[in-house]
Amino acid sequence: MMKAPDVAALRAKFGPACERSAVSNGDHIVWVAKARAHEILAWLKTDQGYAYLVDITAVEYRDPELPLEVVWTVRNLKTVQELRVKVGLDPKAALAVDSVVDLWKGADWLEREVFDMFGVLFIGHPDLRRILMWETYAEGYPLRKSFPLRGHFSRSEQTRQALAGQPESHYSLEELSIADEYQNLPPDVRERLKQGKRGFVE
Amino acid sequence: MGLTLPEGAGTTVSSMSPNWMTTRMDALVNWGRSNSLWPMPFGTACCAIEFMASAAARFDLSRFGMERMSFSPRQADVLICAGRLPFKLAPVIRKIWDQMPQPKWAISMGACASTGGIFDTYAMVQGIDTIIPVDVYVPGCPPRPEGLIYGITLLQKKIRGESLLDWDLRNEQMTGPDGLFVPARKIDEVSEPFGNSVHQTRSA
Repeated sequence: MMKAPDVAALRAKFGPACERSAVSNGDHIVWVAKARAHEILAWLKTDQGYAYLVDITAVEYRDPELPLEVVWTVRNLKTVQELRVKVGLDPKAALAVDSVVDLWKGADWLEREVFDMFGVLFIGHPDLRRILMWETYAEGYPLRKSFPLRGHFSRSEQTRQALAGQPESHYSLEELSIADEYQNLPPDVRERLKQGKRGFVE
Repeated sequence: MGLTLPEGAGTTVSSMSPNWMTTRMDALVNWGRSNSLWPMPFGTACCAIEFMASAAARFDLSRFGMERMSFSPRQADVLICAGRLPFKLAPVIRKIWDQMPQPKWAISMGACASTGGIFDTYAMVQGIDTIIPVDVYVPGCPPRPEGLIYGITLLQKKIRGESLLDWDLRNEQMTGPDGLFVPARKIDEVSEPFGNSVHQTRSA
């Protein structure tokens, strides 16, 4: 079992911003204020040695009174301690928290996934796009409790929209292998790529 | 020459030279086509593991002329969709199918490819026959290699019954303006209500 992380130090430093804490099956969980979450995570990373971001995810409970939680799991690799940091959001209001991509570059795709599945906006994210569903996906956010298992649209409409998708346009120019050769491309092709017209041969 | 033609399809005629044979053109061409199918493997899930087992030494697909996996659709004859197909891959399999030259056939391997299987969700195509035309459905979750090989022999049987004069095997078939390969009336005639509501039909 992991050693208990120093939740007391967090409480002493940030006071009321650390709303409550709990231990569940040996996992230490702290709920923090939304406005100071980024600050607390930065402090955990630089001052407390929680340098490794394990995962970012979100939870929506069946009880509509409970908040939707965004969850960061961070680990101190030296002391082998793990801490789960949670922020509660009102599921009826607009969902937004501060991005931590400036702290951990690996948070990029994790935050995109949470945005894709829950619709949580990460303020300050450099490239917040859908990552699992295609970019023109119009049915909403699949892991929200208000989302029916089979989706909102009929099967035929889903098929039609999926077939209308351009798989190439899902990727940014940097993700396509052509990006390395960008400077060597003919000017008209470069112009077309700049306008976002990808995957067409005219 | 060691050719095995269907019974009654051809007769060898002895004449001055021993290198003579008469047969029906259809029988000869279909014999060649059915015994040298090059599969385009479209493996997305556990069915692909069984498909690989079919191609490996114990079950040995090359006994049926499928030695060469054609990983380029342009040289492929039969598309084998082994595994579930999410909506995100729907335009991909449609593009692969359109890139394959005629004559071409498709095998839907396993429950998920055929009907969506247990994945009756927002993300999954409910049967690849909503995206491309399918010749043989192989049931199972996943089907054993024997099951797939039985499906392949069924497809070979179908190919032996085809005619060179059937222009459907020559002309490239693209979807019409409504996005369907065949008219909606024909689809509704042979299919049952389908989808996430009883009021939906396959052609809708």
